[in-house]
Amino acid sequence: GRARPSHSEPRGRDGRGGEEEMEGWQQLYPGHIPTSPLQKALLAAGSALMALYDPYRHDMVAVLGETTGCLALPNLRDKMKNHPEGYRILQERPRIRLSTLDMARLQGLPDGSLGREYVRFLEDNKVSPDTRMPPKFVDDEELAYVIQRYREVHDLMHTLLGMPTNMLGEVVVKWFEAIQTGLPMCVLGAALGPVRLSSRKLQVLATELVPWAIRSGLNASCVLNVYYEQRWEQPVESLREELGIFPPP
Amino acid sequence: RGLAAGPEMHFGFQTVTEEERREKIYRVFETVAKKYDVMNDSMTLGIHRVWKDILMHKMNPCPGTLLLDVAGGTGDIAFRFINYVRSVQQRQLQKKLKHHQNLSWQEIFESYQKDQFKSLGDSQVVVCDINREMLKVGKQKAQYLGYSEGLSWVLGNAEELPFDDDKFDVYTIAFGIRNVTCIDLALQEAYRVLKPGGRFLCLEFSHVSNPLLSRLYDLYSFQVIPVLGEVIAGDWRSYQYLVESIRQFPPQEELKAMIEDAGFLKVDYENLNFGIVAIHSGFKL
Repeated sequence: GRARPSHSEPRGRDGRGGEEEMEGWQQLYPGHIPTSPLQKALLAAGSALMALYDPYRHDMVAVLGETTGCLALPNLRDKMKNHPEGYRILQERPRIRLSTLDMARLQGLPDGSLGREYVRFLEDNKVSPDTRMPPKFVDDEELAYVIQRYREVHDLMHTLLGMPTNMLGEVVVKWFEAIQTGLPMCVLGAALGPVRLSSRKLQVLATELVPWAIRSGLNASCVLNVYYEQRWEQPVESLREELGIFPPP
Repeated sequence: RGLAAGPEMHFGFQTVTEEERREKIYRVFETVAKKYDVMNDSMTLGIHRVWKDILMHKMNPCPGTLLLDVAGGTGDIAFRFINYVRSVQQRQLQKKLKHHQNLSWQEIFESYQKDQFKSLGDSQVVVCDINREMLKVGKQKAQYLGYSEGLSWVLGNAEELPFDDDKFDVYTIAFGIRNVTCIDLALQEAYRVLKPGGRFLCLEFSHVSNPLLSRLYDLYSFQVIPVLGEVIAGDWRSYQYLVESIRQFPPQEELKAMIEDAGFLKVDYENLNFGIVAIHSGFKL
């Protein structure tokens, strides 16, 4: 459901506070912080600046995504609702976490399968699915799940696109995600990420990687509509074909 | 929620038990300790430094003063005290040297040497804080800035100070009394550890009576400060607690009465920035 953000008006010691309407602090999901439109605007601006200033502040990128996603998120949710697999994901709310993944089983899968390549990706880049920020500023419980799903599926995007977690790889994935999701945070990341790349890398980016990412992004069906947890055995190449992602250069 | 383990109290705008409040506040400062100074500068646009300077000028300590700074965490008051006393000492030394015009070089050199060892002139400041993380940050700062002489750090609770009666010349608590569970106890302890003739000084957020200013202040507090907390420190909730706790704190006159109840005399307060902050002062006579 939707929440009206709270204005924390003082229960004044002298009985003041009656003139302003006192709304309860409606927490829609664990970790939810209701915010006013002004606070969201300030958060969006602040998190954008901080993320640029200190790229290691992943939490700021997350906050930026949440505060600017008010149009893109409902869009994504509707895309999921209108797709049989996406609809099931919304109903069942699967989470990708080390505690829910059977790492041993995935490692035992044949090379080239989604599960095996995903685990390889996690190991090679030394990342874990548990480092994704839970949403705080999304004022709708279902949309909060959508953005959470998007974050948890990000590593699978890397696997499907064959991109590492260095700056170049991240930018390419952001371009793909920007086309796929329309999230302003992805668009900003895609546009501003290249600023920190060397000119040689920029060339590769501009001539090969980005055009490919854009083509794939436009051609592919919605990546959030894939129940990845039920497709670990599927070969990555077959999943790419099914989705419409062109082979990486 | 079950039977409350003790009386119900405020944690910002929430209602909690005494034990919960103590724990929550400890965790707040444990979390913010490393970003405490940065946040203070951002939230107050650096003005908190002026407030603390004014407190020091009001105190006007002379060399030889023994100061207890409670809830002194990251050392802002302690360092200012040391700077102040040092500069007073320097000025005194210069005056003395001027009078020694007809001494030999050897005698001047000797007297200068003697006084160098006492650059603080026996002044001392004890920083007492209940939170280990805040003390840690304070000690690191002291090392970084080069403060060591006349400075000590003690882990302690303002409601039950680990010091003897009648020990200190001045007791300060800057932006700390708001977080104490029972203010009366802290005031009683302050009275106890001060020497007769000693001074109590409290610098704290207070109440703005001007209605227009009050609205602007509320707007800034509730809309901007938690956002700053999230962006700079990655911690919305601690700063939400901060702005709520300011509103729950007694206003100027009420705090004055509480200080008088603890036995202090000549209790007075001075508003800074229209009451956003107030300095309360009292004497143990």
